Amino acid sequence: MDYTILILALPALSFLVLALAGMKMSHRVAGMLGTLSLGIVAVLSYMTAFSYFTAERTSEGVYPTLEPWNFEWLPFTSSLHIDMGILLDPISVMMLVVISTVSLMVHIYSFGYMKGEVGFQRYYAFLSLFTFSMLGLVVATNIFQMYVFWELVGVSSYLLIGFYYTKPEAIAASKKAFIVTRFADLGFLIGILIYGYYMNTFTFTPTEEQLMHAGMVLPWALGLMFVGGAGKSAMFPLHIWLPDAMEGPTPVSALIHAATMVVAGVYLVARMFPLFIGFAPNALHMVAYVGAFTAFYAAAVACAQSDIKRVLAFSTISQIGFMMVALGVCTAADPHEGGLGYMAGMFHLFTHAMFKALLFLGAGCIIHAVHSNEMETMGGLRKYMPITHITFLIACLAIAGIPPFSGFFSKDEILTACFQFSPVIGWVMTIIAGMTAFYMFRLYYGIFWGKENKELHEHHTPHESPLSMTFPLMFLALITLVAGFIPFGHYVSSNGHAYDIHLDWSVAGTSIVVAVIAIALATWMYAREKQPVAEMLAKRFSTLHRAAYRRFYMDEIWMFVTKRIIFRCISTPLAWFDRHVVDQFMNFMAWSTNAAGESAQPIQNGRIQSYTQWFLGGIVVLTIILLIF
Amino acid sequence: MEIHVIHYLIISTVMMFCGIYGFFTRRNLLALLISVELMLNATNINFAVFNRYLFPDQLEGHFFSLFGIAIAAAETAVAIAIIINVYRNVKQVLTDDITDLKG
Amino acid sequence: MSISLQEIAFYVVGACIALCSILAVTTGRILRAATYLLFVLFGTGAIYGILGYTFLGAVQLMVYAGGIVVLYVFSILLTRSDKDMKYRQNRAKLISVLATVIVGAVLVLFLTLSNGFVLNTIPQGVELPMETVGHALIGTDKYEFILPFEVVSVLLLACMVGALLIARKEKNN
Repeated sequence: MDYTILILALPALSFLVLALAGMKMSHRVAGMLGTLSLGIVAVLSYMTAFSYFTAERTSEGVYPTLEPWNFEWLPFTSSLHIDMGILLDPISVMMLVVISTVSLMVHIYSFGYMKGEVGFQRYYAFLSLFTFSMLGLVVATNIFQMYVFWELVGVSSYLLIGFYYTKPEAIAASKKAFIVTRFADLGFLIGILIYGYYMNTFTFTPTEEQLMHAGMVLPWALGLMFVGGAGKSAMFPLHIWLPDAMEGPTPVSALIHAATMVVAGVYLVARMFPLFIGFAPNALHMVAYVGAFTAFYAAAVACAQSDIKRVLAFSTISQIGFMMVALGVCTAADPHEGGLGYMAGMFHLFTHAMFKALLFLGAGCIIHAVHSNEMETMGGLRKYMPITHITFLIACLAIAGIPPFSGFFSKDEILTACFQFSPVIGWVMTIIAGMTAFYMFRLYYGIFWGKENKELHEHHTPHESPLSMTFPLMFLALITLVAGFIPFGHYVSSNGHAYDIHLDWSVAGTSIVVAVIAIALATWMYAREKQPVAEMLAKRFSTLHRAAYRRFYMDEIWMFVTKRIIFRCISTPLAWFDRHVVDQFMNFMAWSTNAAGESAQPIQNGRIQSYTQWFLGGIVVLTIILLIF
Repeated sequence: MEIHVIHYLIISTVMMFCGIYGFFTRRNLLALLISVELMLNATNINFAVFNRYLFPDQLEGHFFSLFGIAIAAAETAVAIAIIINVYRNVKQVLTDDITDLKG
Repeated sequence: MSISLQEIAFYVVGACIALCSILAVTTGRILRAATYLLFVLFGTGAIYGILGYTFLGAVQLMVYAGGIVVLYVFSILLTRSDKDMKYRQNRAKLISVLATVIVGAVLVLFLTLSNGFVLNTIPQGVELPMETVGHALIGTDKYEFILPFEVVSVLLLACMVGALLIARKEKNN
């Protein structure tokens, strides 16, 4: 498995080449270079996955954890050292496949989407940087390497959100994303430091002795790490950056803010899962409650948004909430005894990455066609864009949980795990799944059916996108169609043993019924030219509608907290102190030096005679002093 | 028949400080150079006097004065060459007017 | 206590040196200053003679009085100087210069007087034979000075070439 280093090295190399020499290349060459390296990475990832999952299991019936590369980078003590390396275990191999697939698709798609844009090479360079960082994150051998790549991912996300750096909204959004996630990462870092301090190791698998040593602080460390994960995965209340991050190019939203980076928090929880389940089950259940609330909140907001990318962003938040819930409801490591959620969460991560990337790329095609994000400029697009329409529909059905699309299988596992944990959570999640189906089909009908904006479309007829854009759609749609039938439990499960996915028809049936009802409701409300019901409801519950449209004023609350409380009570006095005491002191030092120089300057008049006179005077004075003493 | 060594020294001191005074007050470069010559001569006298006074049998001070005279001659030649060159360029030999090299 | 001719000569020369030194740095005419310098140099030569260093006195007369002063006179005539060198002096500056100079002179005199050789006198009138000077000047032993002699000759050559180079008129093309 030595070649796995190439999976990391190639994107890094292509980033360097594109960043340093990209401006000298033509768009085509730069794009081809990035895409080619990503293609090789994807092939290598598939090879790795194939050889890893077809290899012999160990005697305990689990796949071995491999470390083909590990390089001791910063040794502190014999056990506490920061390494850089590659760790292969079922979830990291699964993530390799997800990242390289989606990234490759986005690379291909961007050929069409970004065609002729200024900074095309820069865009590809950043994509390579992101892919490198994300791959490094998932194969991290220790928590610190993960943190390093975690921050790199944040940087590349910042760069890509702010890609259109001449647009003030994009700059504001990139700053917001950076600051909010950094704020959360503070928790992560503190968690890591506590972990390292008490456990004396940064590895994911501490020894018994180290665990004993940590004792009661381990749940705190894990909880703080989850804060970081919540920031990156846009959990309530740290979700505010994700909807704004849609200011970036749409393929970037597909790659970073739907499929890969935002699930890093889920991945983190999954990575620390053995510790969570063994030593901090209450922290794990907190994860579930946070996830459930986020899922509900985001679904409610998504029902009222009019910008299609915002709808998708909130749906992403909601779906990540589902994954968090799935991980959080686990009560044991055995998948038969309450550990089902782990497998379900990972499965949902996998399928969601595919169909959400598909949705975003489809949204990109639509935006490309009508040059707007707003739903009112769309409507009736199905006749202009057949491929986009069909693939989008497939993705909508998948996310709504209709069999045989992939989302059905993974979501069903999540719901089953929830019902095992507690019926309340189970029902809540089922209702949220119904809301998901409702808002997704509201979106679908709003784009492809509904009232067509004829005036705009006559002026500029929407058209189907080129093959470079439709190919990724079809490819991802294909995966969405078949991914549900992958025996996922065989490869990934909470304790590593093979687990047969079997559908619990009472749960599955309920969820299908709920989804179908929700879809029917959406069809009734939004499919036609005139939408009296929707308008009437919006008017009747105008307060609620406006609140949902404004995302329940979360941004305003954050603004209140930061501006009114933190700025006014902490930052402003500190700034005053800094400006009037610290700075003034420094200014005084500078001023006094300057004044001393100014006053000494006349002596330096450049006349040799006066210099010698001073010189002689000095000698005389020194002689007198020597004589006296 | 005997002259106090101090008398020689007083003469050289007067010469020395006259030179110093001239060096401080003169503004003509040639007058400055004249003051420098006064100072040099004062030191030369001291060398000779102390040689005679301390080691009458040896000749170090004597030769030091001798070489001092030679070097003074060299110094004067170069300095006057420079002054003449400066004069040719700025048409002036006053210290206040020669400020081109001042930072 | 009889006063010898040599003593009279010394005090006359000394007074002459002191007076001419003061005049050389205070006179307003540059050419007069050069002339007073010439007298000072003569006086210095005489002092060397009184000390018995007649060779040194001769060199002083030849090089200084004969060479350098002539050089001064030439260069004074070559450069245009104001006839009256009484430039406006800053009063404060003048006072400070005078104070420095007088304090310095007093200090040096005080040191000289309090040094202990007040009562000592110099053996006078014994002329240093020319032969001794010649041997010492081109001998190679200890306390003999062939090396500085040669070095000075090189230095004089170098400064002659340098002076020519510096003072040479540049050709204007």
